[in-house]
Amino acid sequence: MAGALFVASLLLALAISYKPLGDYMFRVYTGTTHSRVERVIYRLLGVDPDGEQRWGVYARGVLAFSLVSVLFLYGLQRLQNHLFLSLGMKPVEPALAWNTAVSFVTNTNWQAYSGESTMGHLVQTAGLAVQNFVSAAVGMAVAIALVRGFARTKTDTLGNFWVDLVRGTIRILLPISLVAALLLVAGGAIQTFGDHFTWTTLAGGEQTFTPAAAASQEAIKDLGTNGGGIFNVNSAHPFENPTSWTNWLEIFLLLVIAFSLPRTFGRMVGDNRQGYAIVSVMAIIALISLGVTQWAELSAGGTVPQAIGQAMEGRETRFGVSNSGMFASATTLTSTGSVNSFHDSYTALGGGMLIFNMLLGEVAPGGVGSGLYGMLILAMITVFVAGLMVGRTPEYLGKKVGAREIKLASLYFLVTPVLVLVGTAVAMATETGRAAMSNSGPHGLSEILYAYTSASNNNGSAFAGVSVNTPFHNTTLGLCMAFGRFLPIVLALALAGSLAQQAPVPASVGTLPTYRPQFVGMVVGVTIILVALTFLPALALGPLAEGLL
Amino acid sequence: MSIQVLESPSQTPAPKDENGRVGGGLLDPKQMIRSLPDALRKLNPATLWRNPVMFIVEVGAAFTTVLAVADPSFFAWAIVVWLWLTVVFANLAEAVAEGRGKAQAATLRAAKRDTTARRLKSRDQHTQWDVIGASELQQGDVVIVEAGEIIPGDGEVIEGIASVDESAITGESAPVIRESGGDRSAVTGGTKVLSDKIIVQITQKPGESFIDRMIALVEGADRQKTPNEIALNILLAALTIIFLVATATMQPLAIYSKSINPGVGDSLALTADGVSGIVLVSLIVCLIPTTIGALLSAIGIAGMDRLVQRNVLAMSGRAVEAAGDVSTLLLDKTGTITLGNRQASEFVPVDGVSERELAEAAQLSSLADETPEGRSIVVYAKKAYGLRERQPGELAHAEWVAFTAQTRMSGVNLDGREVRKGAATAVMKWVRDHGGHPTDEVGHMVDGISGSGGTPLVVAEKGRVLGVIHLKDVVKAGMRERFDEMRRMGIRTVMITGDNPLTARAIADEAGVDDFLAEATPEDKLALIKKEQEGGRLVAMTGDGTNDAPALAQSDVGVAMNTGTSAAKEAGNMVDLDSNPTKLIEIVEIGKQLLITRGALTTFSIANDIAKYFAIIPAMFAAVYPGLDALNLMRLASPQSAILSAVVFNALIIIALIPLALRGVRYRPSSASKLLSRNLYVYGLGGIVVPFAGIKLIDLLIQFLPGMS
Repeated sequence: MAGALFVASLLLALAISYKPLGDYMFRVYTGTTHSRVERVIYRLLGVDPDGEQRWGVYARGVLAFSLVSVLFLYGLQRLQNHLFLSLGMKPVEPALAWNTAVSFVTNTNWQAYSGESTMGHLVQTAGLAVQNFVSAAVGMAVAIALVRGFARTKTDTLGNFWVDLVRGTIRILLPISLVAALLLVAGGAIQTFGDHFTWTTLAGGEQTFTPAAAASQEAIKDLGTNGGGIFNVNSAHPFENPTSWTNWLEIFLLLVIAFSLPRTFGRMVGDNRQGYAIVSVMAIIALISLGVTQWAELSAGGTVPQAIGQAMEGRETRFGVSNSGMFASATTLTSTGSVNSFHDSYTALGGGMLIFNMLLGEVAPGGVGSGLYGMLILAMITVFVAGLMVGRTPEYLGKKVGAREIKLASLYFLVTPVLVLVGTAVAMATETGRAAMSNSGPHGLSEILYAYTSASNNNGSAFAGVSVNTPFHNTTLGLCMAFGRFLPIVLALALAGSLAQQAPVPASVGTLPTYRPQFVGMVVGVTIILVALTFLPALALGPLAEGLL
Repeated sequence: MSIQVLESPSQTPAPKDENGRVGGGLLDPKQMIRSLPDALRKLNPATLWRNPVMFIVEVGAAFTTVLAVADPSFFAWAIVVWLWLTVVFANLAEAVAEGRGKAQAATLRAAKRDTTARRLKSRDQHTQWDVIGASELQQGDVVIVEAGEIIPGDGEVIEGIASVDESAITGESAPVIRESGGDRSAVTGGTKVLSDKIIVQITQKPGESFIDRMIALVEGADRQKTPNEIALNILLAALTIIFLVATATMQPLAIYSKSINPGVGDSLALTADGVSGIVLVSLIVCLIPTTIGALLSAIGIAGMDRLVQRNVLAMSGRAVEAAGDVSTLLLDKTGTITLGNRQASEFVPVDGVSERELAEAAQLSSLADETPEGRSIVVYAKKAYGLRERQPGELAHAEWVAFTAQTRMSGVNLDGREVRKGAATAVMKWVRDHGGHPTDEVGHMVDGISGSGGTPLVVAEKGRVLGVIHLKDVVKAGMRERFDEMRRMGIRTVMITGDNPLTARAIADEAGVDDFLAEATPEDKLALIKKEQEGGRLVAMTGDGTNDAPALAQSDVGVAMNTGTSAAKEAGNMVDLDSNPTKLIEIVEIGKQLLITRGALTTFSIANDIAKYFAIIPAMFAAVYPGLDALNLMRLASPQSAILSAVVFNALIIIALIPLALRGVRYRPSSASKLLSRNLYVYGLGGIVVPFAGIKLIDLLIQFLPGMS
């Protein structure tokens, strides 16, 4: 009952935010005036904020910015003992530093380390926290560029990456995360730069904590669908996620931007119904997924859960099974990857569903920005097949889906499955790869599958049992994260460039309407079926083998 | 009528189903057998690689053959045979589709063979010529053709008039007149002059005659993939890659799964080395979209073929596809929407005169009027009032006054009675000249008819007006329904006419077109097409005159009438051999049907995979993880029979769908939403359900074979 109320109130809050936040983001990305702070930043960057960019230039901007960010983060970690505010931490190992740098720049926030024993204040705030903002803003910028591809006609420019990046950070992410951080502090999350301090735990023991700016980090980590926590146990930590209502707030933050961006999309293409259609697809998939996970967890399959009556292993008693499942679904459906419970402890089918959530390509609603562009590309593939069935060259939003478009969309769709499957296969085929498993049998296979799924889809959460802080996994997972992030971005931008050049085809009754429930149902079906067909063999040997006993 | 008429003149017209909708040729089982050698020839990897999906199947089949030779078993060989059959069936689909065109090409070739030409030494000297082979003719050569001879090449009649039998091209046995000058000067090589003699200037380049192009088209020799076909191929290639990766990467997972369950013995599907090669290939072949991959090119060829059967030659597949996308249809009023001539539709008498009296006078005065309008008055009087048509010779004392452009009247003086019929102003003047005073009533009637877009003709007896004949354009039967259909398909119809806007509006309203262009010049037409295209719309039109050529060239689908000039035929991208402008509507439907067939079979193909997974995954892994047997929804007898059933189903479904691919899926004009719902229901849902039933059925049969348990 409490669980249902939790979900209902969350849905209501998201529905209420849809219009105002979506409209606000629409104004942010279409406005023509620059604030004074922004002007200063543009001058420092040496860019002309009014200069329009073609897709190639836009993509180069994304790649160059990300490359510089990776190098900066890598350097910061390797040299942290020479810099101030290191809290006495040692320099980070090269493979781990690479992995972490890529992880935060790609909005994955896969953490092969424990934050409190590896990273000092400087790395956390000047490095990782900054990336929490800008990597999210990059995702949003790319989504907006793709939407511009649909909205614009007969042009080869898609806007200005630097402007989109700066505005997304300053006008959207900063203000919301500021408010959220204050709320979290009010809820009991800590926000301090002090020295180590000792705390008496509920069990009566004494524990020494590394102090941290946890509340502000938590706010942006969820809002920007990053997921990289200050503490190893992430949002299960009482200083990150103290109470049931902060848990609610954090889930809300995870979902709010990704669920509101379709409104921005609808506004930009001049047809709000299109936004409703896309958000409906996201919501339907999310609710189906949540339903399956909750069913699997609450029906408590498996020996131990049946013995004790519910699947409580790996959960915080503060949250319980249902709210943990809710958080787990939200964090895997978005590309966040923060956790408030250990997904490794989920029932086989529940954990399988979490893997499936990520395998969907993080589209329901997905990461900030990346969810929208992923979903729009799935919608295009759907339109292509459906459009043929109505006897016309397929069109989406007045743009023809021809050979070039379908080529880019297909390549986009190919990237993550190939990374996940090849990554998993290589890991399972090698001794070093298999060594990371903490369980044997199908569950161990699920752990590896989860890791490569999470990295390739830029989620960042982990089946906690897996010990991936090895050079092999740090390197391969790092590659998965980098390719899984930037190949799709480049393809999405190329697609945007190709769409923007087209003259629009006016809609008629012969055109496939892409705002009706019929179409929504088709996109849901195509998404689920394509992903299921692609990954069924792997899932059969992991979660399904374990769950169907 | 069909080109095949040459072979059997009694052949029925292009097949249509009971609703007159586009259907397709029937599939003759004998044709399958005839095409078999071609299908086997197509196994050549050098040509098959162009179809990536089937190429992968062939590679898989070859690979399993090697495996089966190395480690023979009944199961292995059964799979090998069915994999090869899958490729053969796919080739068969293409071969059958091509075979139908080849038969037509053969008859066309017969028309071309052994033609000689009498090439004039000079254009003015009609007595001196060389006899050369038709294939040696150059552009610009002038030839003389007399009755009984075959015209050696495409050209323009520069002198003379002749009746020509064009049945070799059009299948229409009634001869047509070809004469120099005007819009009927074009002649086609391979047709036969029946009477008289004409001088023809050759306009084709050697080997590029209309018949050559027809042969190439129906044979599909230079068939190029159309834009949507290319796009679909890309999607299919991507799906193939995904399933290849999914299957290949399964192997390390399978090896691991086997190794942690050491108690489970090796099975045919799974050993310590992983999934066996035969099973792995079977899984790949079942998952990649073989159904659509096998039928894709057959669908395209059959689409062109359906046009040929309707006597339309599309110069490229691209044009056929564009026809499906057309959103604006430009239709000439005369001949397309209306019957062509104005016809009497009503007799409106003045006060004191009965309709019958007026009808009788109108008929009498029109007997000497040989214009189509005059004839229509006689016919209408007979039809509506039962007045017998009298021949001018029948009335001995009659003095006939024929219609001339000067008098603009016709009539008769009979036994002192003078009756006239003609243009309102002319007849009124005649009445006044004879001392009559036409009342205002007549003026109102005349204005009323003009205002409604009709043409009023006044009928008068010496000194008094009897009434007015209402002449109007008669819209062909069923046009309004066709245009309503078009509207439901989202196509806007625009009527093009030289009439004034008033008349044009009246006809447009009656016919139910969406818009009209009145007082249209060729320039206006071109401008309209450009305007529509700028708005992103695709435009289709028909035309026959030389002045239509620029508009035909500009339009996305330009259908030239075969009776038209060679300039028009050059400019358009389709030629209608029947010269029936209404056929444009059918062409659009065929274009749509082509795309729908591709989309429907793609959906079907992908939806099939679900059932195949449920057959093969438990067959591979249930030995290691017995729980996975829960996925064996179909309760298939054994792992071997499950895998073989899936492979057999995958092959047989290709054969089962060949008729559908050739005929095209059923298409009824309706809105996109309705079409999608129906096709999703049939091919999406059907695609999920059918293989479950099919695989189970096959399993029931083959479980008794040796080696299946």
